[in-house]
Amino acid sequence: MKQADIVVIGGGPAGMAAALEARRRGVENILIIERDKELGGILQQCIHNGFGLHIFKEELTGPEYAWRFIEQIKKENIDYLLDTMVLSITPDKIVTAANSTEGLVRIKAGAIVLSMGCRERTRGSLNIPGTRPAGILTAGAAQRFVNMEGYMPGKKIVILGSGDIGMIMARRLTLEGAEVKMVCEIMPYTKGLIRNKVQCLDDFGIPLKLNCTVVEIHGKERLEGVTIAKVDEDRKPIPETMEYVECDTLLLSVGLIPENELSREAGIKIDPSTGGPFVSKTMETSIQGIFACGNVVHVHDLVDNVTLESYIAGRAAAEYVLGGKN
Amino acid sequence: MIYDVVIVGAGVTGAFIARELSRYQLNVCLVDRAEDVAMGSSKANSGIVHAGYDPVPGSLKARFNVRGNQLMESVCRELDVPFKRTGSLVLAFDAEDMRKLQDIYERGLKNGVPDLEIWDATQVKKAEPAVADNVSGALYAPTGGIVCPYELTLGAAENAVENGVVLKLGCEIKSIEFKNGIFLLHGSGEVLEGRYVINAAGVYADRISAMVGDDSFSIIPRKGEYLLMDKNQGSLVNRVIFQTPSRMGKGVLVSPTVDGNLLVGPNAVDIQDKEDLSTSKEGLNQVKESALRSVPGIDMSEVITSFAGLRAKVVDGDDFIIGPSSKNDHFINVAGIDSPGLTSAPAIAEHVIDILGTLGLEMKEKESFNPVRRRPRRFTEMSEAEINERIRTNPAYGRIICRCEKVSEGEIIDCIRSTIGARTLDGVKRRVRAGMGRCQGGFCAPRVVEILSRELQIPMETVTKRGGDSRILMGKIKQQEFTDGSDV
Repeated sequence: MKQADIVVIGGGPAGMAAALEARRRGVENILIIERDKELGGILQQCIHNGFGLHIFKEELTGPEYAWRFIEQIKKENIDYLLDTMVLSITPDKIVTAANSTEGLVRIKAGAIVLSMGCRERTRGSLNIPGTRPAGILTAGAAQRFVNMEGYMPGKKIVILGSGDIGMIMARRLTLEGAEVKMVCEIMPYTKGLIRNKVQCLDDFGIPLKLNCTVVEIHGKERLEGVTIAKVDEDRKPIPETMEYVECDTLLLSVGLIPENELSREAGIKIDPSTGGPFVSKTMETSIQGIFACGNVVHVHDLVDNVTLESYIAGRAAAEYVLGGKN
Repeated sequence: MIYDVVIVGAGVTGAFIARELSRYQLNVCLVDRAEDVAMGSSKANSGIVHAGYDPVPGSLKARFNVRGNQLMESVCRELDVPFKRTGSLVLAFDAEDMRKLQDIYERGLKNGVPDLEIWDATQVKKAEPAVADNVSGALYAPTGGIVCPYELTLGAAENAVENGVVLKLGCEIKSIEFKNGIFLLHGSGEVLEGRYVINAAGVYADRISAMVGDDSFSIIPRKGEYLLMDKNQGSLVNRVIFQTPSRMGKGVLVSPTVDGNLLVGPNAVDIQDKEDLSTSKEGLNQVKESALRSVPGIDMSEVITSFAGLRAKVVDGDDFIIGPSSKNDHFINVAGIDSPGLTSAPAIAEHVIDILGTLGLEMKEKESFNPVRRRPRRFTEMSEAEINERIRTNPAYGRIICRCEKVSEGEIIDCIRSTIGARTLDGVKRRVRAGMGRCQGGFCAPRVVEILSRELQIPMETVTKRGGDSRILMGKIKQQEFTDGSDV
């Protein structure tokens, strides 16, 4: 079995910051495990700007922000495995992962930092009734198709939910020639940042319909339209306000869920209100020596805050392993 | 080519009939309008292997249910299909229900269902602590079980094809002529010729039958809506949990699935449109409420998807319709196969062979027949040594594409290249579960589309969710032309 002082699970902004901070504190043997083909996590598909105002005092795109950390990781000679999926972690800190070159890899870690990020809520979890045609996808999946693969998910688009990715994709798809008909938000306020509402919706004349939701999906093979309705104070649709909107695509930007399947299986206690692990001031989970940071703990608005939080986790993980050695 | 037998409908019934026929020296064609097998009622149902206490004694349903249940274990072993004999419970909540349970018990005895027991509330709670506290008792059937319905259909169909059956997908039969003892089935794009026709067309069986002038029955789709829950709810119950049945069916069930999720549903609504697979708010709410009556602890916020399926219900009848048509005895109806159709399929197939034999079709066994079908091992089913060996010989098995269900690229490629290969995103999902998990393809769909495009050598934009016009993408983003004429 391989050994590492600290194993960091997930090479996005949280994992990279934690690893860097642990290195600064003197930890030598750090290993980052990343499931994608490059470091950077979801930042790599966030090609819009607005990242780094707090950390770098300038506006960067997602890949630029990621790149600055990747450069430091390389400079510091911190080990990382790409295209490698962690399959399990145990309370005694054995990490099992798989990749194409080594098969199953087993690593005994002194400390673990969980930085797996989050995933998007789907149509299934919203339980929107109607048919099940193609053309319904999460804003993040659409972002990957457009920004990473170069394909359009559709031409006439309705977005449900005013999360940041949804609003950013409203602008992105408009720039690519799609007609974004509206963003529906069930709450009386915007879920994402105000600056995204202004820059991505208002500036492009995309209507934001507050107190409004999608109540039915239509279309057999490809999406043909949705029925929207206003909701009352209890967030229940008002039947008289139902309206059919023709569209070929419905993007969902209805919330993010911390990805804690590994944490749960390891027996780490999860806070039902955030969906992330309970953590101490030093970002330690309910299992000693296992730390967590970034969107796996709770969903952050700004990547800068993820970075700051992850420095804390990295420092604590370093103290844990160095303290143990002394 | 004049086929000896043409089977219309590649659902579970048609697939098992095709497989039975592939034991003999016959030319057999299995045809379906969809682009995959199991695209009708076989794709969206409860996946229950019923014990057989529900059908009326003496009915075809009673006979084939009990026989099918007996066959299921060996069939699933041969076809490499996951099957679990979990046992099932029918819950009673009051004295009236308990009386009904007694009736069901008696019926089960008459039908030849083995080892039935009536349990009191204490026994139920001991075996299934998550069942509602106000339960009064239950009927326990140890032979009840669960199976994956499309795996079962795919397994039978693949085995049939491996034994020589010709499968034609995407071919909708529009009309049938009968000339000089031969049926001419006019399908989209081609005409199939056959000496015998088996009508296993599910909710469309009445229309296919009408094509030979037999309108002696009609089929009404009875819709059932379901909710599929995250695997974190999958161990709430160990057995299939039914409620005491009412006039509209067996009631809402709560069941573990072979893949470890929890399934709740279905309700029952008779509809007109044979294509209507939409769910409704009322229906889903009804399913939730009813399921919570049996198992109050289900966390309904853990729903990962909801869907509807159609049962092929005979109008004015309760039994399967199996036998030669009164209009042409070489045209055999296998119609009205609603519950317990999935369980009965292997037994129905045996019976159809007998009918064909009686009608004079010569059945010579084929020496080369191989009853065994194997599907590629899944990553999650392999031991560590197997995983390492698999990755060494095929590195694609080391690249996990679907995070939630831990599905590797190797499995996805294999399922596209298999005997009846996946052609669509949903086809991949049904075969290897990529996109079936809690994120519902949020992460892996873009990558599966890419793999399908590469393997099938088709442009990304033509990859569909489930055939037809269900395209995932609508063209490329704007292309920037540089002065040297190249794209970026």
